[in-house]
Amino acid sequence: MISLLIRDLRLAMRAGGGFGLGLSFFLIVTVLVPFGVGPESALLAKIAPGILWLGALLACLLSLDRIFALDWEDGSLDLLATSPLPMEGVVTVKALAHWLTTGLPLCLASPVFGLLLSLPEQGYKWLIVSLVLGTPALSVIGTFGAALTVGLKRGGLLLSLLVLPLYVPTLIFGAEVARRGAEGLTTTTPVLMLAGISAGTIALLPFASALVLRVNLR
Amino acid sequence: MTLTVKDLTISRGGIPVLEGLNFSLEPGHALILRGPNGVGKTTLLRTVAGLQPPVEGEVQAAPESFAYAAHSDGLKATLSVSENLHFWADVFGTKGIQQALDGFDLNGLVDRPAGALSAGQKRRLGLARLLVTGRPVWILDEPTVSLDVASVELFANAVRAHLAEGGSALIATHIDLGLDAEVLDVGPFRAKPKSGTGGFDGLDESFL
Repeated sequence: MISLLIRDLRLAMRAGGGFGLGLSFFLIVTVLVPFGVGPESALLAKIAPGILWLGALLACLLSLDRIFALDWEDGSLDLLATSPLPMEGVVTVKALAHWLTTGLPLCLASPVFGLLLSLPEQGYKWLIVSLVLGTPALSVIGTFGAALTVGLKRGGLLLSLLVLPLYVPTLIFGAEVARRGAEGLTTTTPVLMLAGISAGTIALLPFASALVLRVNLR
Repeated sequence: MTLTVKDLTISRGGIPVLEGLNFSLEPGHALILRGPNGVGKTTLLRTVAGLQPPVEGEVQAAPESFAYAAHSDGLKATLSVSENLHFWADVFGTKGIQQALDGFDLNGLVDRPAGALSAGQKRRLGLARLLVTGRPVWILDEPTVSLDVASVELFANAVRAHLAEGGSALIATHIDLGLDAEVLDVGPFRAKPKSGTGGFDGLDESFL
């Protein structure tokens, strides 16, 4: 399993691996929003938590179809399915690799992007907390969607349609944590809800992903 | 480690392609599958490897005894030859890739990215993976595609060595590997159309 994680991270880092794709997309969104809504910093500060969360979510979505599609095309998914690794382990490692290459860089870079959108000072801590708690759910749900659409040519559109509704609760509570944090309100309830969503999806969805992957390999 | 297939019926895309298959494969033996294109050799191999469930019948073998090699080699273009082999050795929990490199004459290519290999070299690397799996039953789908004569001989030697160590191999191929192996022609096991379906006589390649 460790070797699969190392291989996936190594592939992501090499040429054409797509590492940084999500990050640069996130950067483009946050740089362009002030041009779109105007340079008024009070307005920007108000919408910053929502924009940052939306940007993070779309950046995650961008790289989802690569999770299984490349392994499917070159046949290594079949070989992994006949290897000693349990399928549940394979999908968990895939989700973890996706989070490490997409979610984690977004979490680390978010304060810089918050600055671009003049996020109030007290909001930074909660922005990072919300992203750290929420992006694992985005990766795990996305892995489930990628498992459902593996083997479809140009499955990216279908994947987005399948995954976006499942992303809505994470987006609502994640953006709510960041908004309440920025406005200096208490954040306990949305933080607990967000953590609950992440814990629930991480506990349950790998089994569903492994099942649909086995069906899709037939 | 005997592989036994009993009354197996397999389907592709919901349509039965082969039925009533019975064979067994003892340690140290190889079985060559033959049959026209589209008859269901790949489907049979995938079913035996456990990638898809049989419609009827059963495949009896110890779990985790198969090493499957498909049409595609499962190589990562940006990883080098040794990185590709080391990855599969780690996954299967075996140590050392030197034997595999020697067996398929890959020593001169260890640091080359797999994407820069020729088709025949890629195939050799794909087959070298079998040696690092340490699994007793090899299931091979057209293993000699794009191999030259010398490489086919390397492959045949690898299979002979594997059989001599008590392994076994189930191979779908159209060329003569010079192995001392039984041959099973799967053509006669084509699934008969169910009565009443009408108009579907025998195998229609384009329909599958």
